Amino acid sequence: MDNENNAGEPESTGASRRTFLKQSSALAAFALTPPAAVHSVEKGLDEKVAVAFEQQPLRVQINGVAQQLSVEPRVTLLDLLREQLNLNGTKKGCDHGQCGACTVHVDGQRVNSCLTLALTTEGCKVTTIEGMGSVEKLHPMQEAFIKHDGFQCGYCTPGQIMSAVACINEGHANSPDEVREYMSGNICRCGAYANIVEAIMEVKSKGGRI
Amino acid sequence: MNQFQFTRANTPLAAVSAVSKENGAYFLAGGTNLIDLVKREVIIPERLVDINRLPLATIEETTSGIRIGAMAKNSAVADHPLIKKYFPLLSMALNAGASAQLRNMATVGGNMMQRTRCPYFYDHSMPCNKRGPIQSGPSKGQPNGPSGCGAIGGVNRMHAIFGTSEKCIAVHPSDMCIALAALDARVNVTGPKGNRSIAFAEFHRLPGDAPQKDNTLLPGELILSVDVPKNELGKYSHYLKVRDRASYAFALVSVGVAADMKGKTIQDIRLAMGGVAHKPWRLAEAEGYLKGKEATLENFRQAATLAMQGAKGYGENDFKLTLAPNSIIEALQIATQTV
Ligand SMILES: Cc1cc2nc3c(=O)[nH]c(=O)nc-3n(C[C@H](O)[C@H](O)[C@H](O)COP(=O)(O)OP(=O)(O)OC[C@H]3O[C@@H](n4cnc5c(N)ncnc54)[C@H](O)[C@@H]3O)c2cc1C
Ligand code: SF4
Ligand code: FES
Ligand code: FES
Repeated sequence: MDNENNAGEPESTGASRRTFLKQSSALAAFALTPPAAVHSVEKGLDEKVAVAFEQQPLRVQINGVAQQLSVEPRVTLLDLLREQLNLNGTKKGCDHGQCGACTVHVDGQRVNSCLTLALTTEGCKVTTIEGMGSVEKLHPMQEAFIKHDGFQCGYCTPGQIMSAVACINEGHANSPDEVREYMSGNICRCGAYANIVEAIMEVKSKGGRI
Repeated sequence: MNQFQFTRANTPLAAVSAVSKENGAYFLAGGTNLIDLVKREVIIPERLVDINRLPLATIEETTSGIRIGAMAKNSAVADHPLIKKYFPLLSMALNAGASAQLRNMATVGGNMMQRTRCPYFYDHSMPCNKRGPIQSGPSKGQPNGPSGCGAIGGVNRMHAIFGTSEKCIAVHPSDMCIALAALDARVNVTGPKGNRSIAFAEFHRLPGDAPQKDNTLLPGELILSVDVPKNELGKYSHYLKVRDRASYAFALVSVGVAADMKGKTIQDIRLAMGGVAHKPWRLAEAEGYLKGKEATLENFRQAATLAMQGAKGYGENDFKLTLAPNSIIEALQIATQTV
């Protein structure tokens, strides 16, 4: 992975990294006016400038916490969550929009975070599985998955739960068939599908938005 | 992913000028196709111009029809009351595509611009004429790979049976575009040379000698909206998508039907097919034949036979020569409620 994990960083490189981050946020204004930045590079400004405008500022709310971040344009929301913020609940499966393991909510809508560039979430509210429930107080959908044996290895489960909650909130959980159709973007290698449908139907039958 | 620059555009004008200024700059909408292609290094962009902030996501009634903004999400269009009321075919086609997550990301403009799913196109060690201009070496940053067509004589189960050339037999993968082609939509665009409107039938193109060009947009042009004219074709509609599994797969063959019926008589009808050509494939002969005729199995068979004239298989996709007419007949039966 290209993104270092801040938490695990040795002290010695910390200082230079902090300097770098400071520089990059000062230069963020440049990055937002690309012609000017490109121009300054063409004019022979030293290499630090070129390196620094690879990062851009990002303000995003994640699980209710406002974050002021600095990210490279190529970083996906999935990699930002896992690598930079240590929110490892969201899983990387295919990394190409085909399995649903990386499903999160952006402004209340479920999306594949592997195909979402982090910078496109500027000003958005992101909810991940960590924002659903806690060990002390599980979300009703988490409880239902446990009750109905909705998982085996559990790898796909965070994405399934994010999708399941959205499926009900979108009004697409009116029958087992509809649930199957609207959960089809979430692949489970262990084949827990039947129990997942049961879990969703039970939460849905209790009514209301969740 | 390779490094690239990132710019947010707040107006269509700014987006167009940002993309026109340099080679290798692309509009970024939902990203469901573009980011995938960048990750696979089929496209190596210099810059992505984020157009998600453009005020182009509205769906509104005009004097002659419905105008759908290019940035409207596929899910928002599919579930919109105006679309469900006037163009159920469009709603059905959208809901048959991708997954709920992807439809929340995918936009109308992006869906029209998505690239083919031909596996050789994605694998830049394999020959493909679509990845880059024919006979030109790898230009800066663009991984052209060897030219030629891997699918001709190769794995071509998903490929075209109509309008192919010896350079390319890929299909356009969109479901939404089949409905828009059937419904005589028009595409409004803006670009370095100003605004223009393109008939949907003229938007996508056949491969011919330039398969790298999927459509007739000029460099730097941005799709603003799609106009769908209101007509009497709403009530008797069906989108039939035949695929390898029940959901979440691209079409082997799909058929969109919208008809205006009086009793058992077909007053007017629109027919288009997906999964069979480099563009949404309108079935003009079949439409002409069915106009004024009774909705009977006999007439549907005849229409399907007319529709298949000129079809050609490439080996693995020969089964489409049977699947396509059968799908046309079934879609007609369901749409006209004569099953
Ligand atoms: C796993 C998977 C399954 C899928 N299944 C289906 C399916 O069954 N049926 C189907 O139809 N589709 C399917 N899709 C494709 C999906 O619908 C498209 O990727 C999506 O519609 C593209 O829209 P987007 O907004 O994400 O475009 P982006 O990925 O952002 O852009 C795609 C292209 O369009 C250009 N572009 C975007 N907006 C504009 C504009 N306004 N003007 C000019 N150019 C523009 C971009 O520059 C880029 O080149 C699937 C995708 C995936 C990943
Ligand atoms: S069919 Fe078209 S896209 Fe596929 S390998 Fe041949 S040239 Fe490339
Ligand atoms: S990791 Fe995003 S869909 Fe598979
Ligand atoms: S529980 Fe193992 S992948 Fe779903």
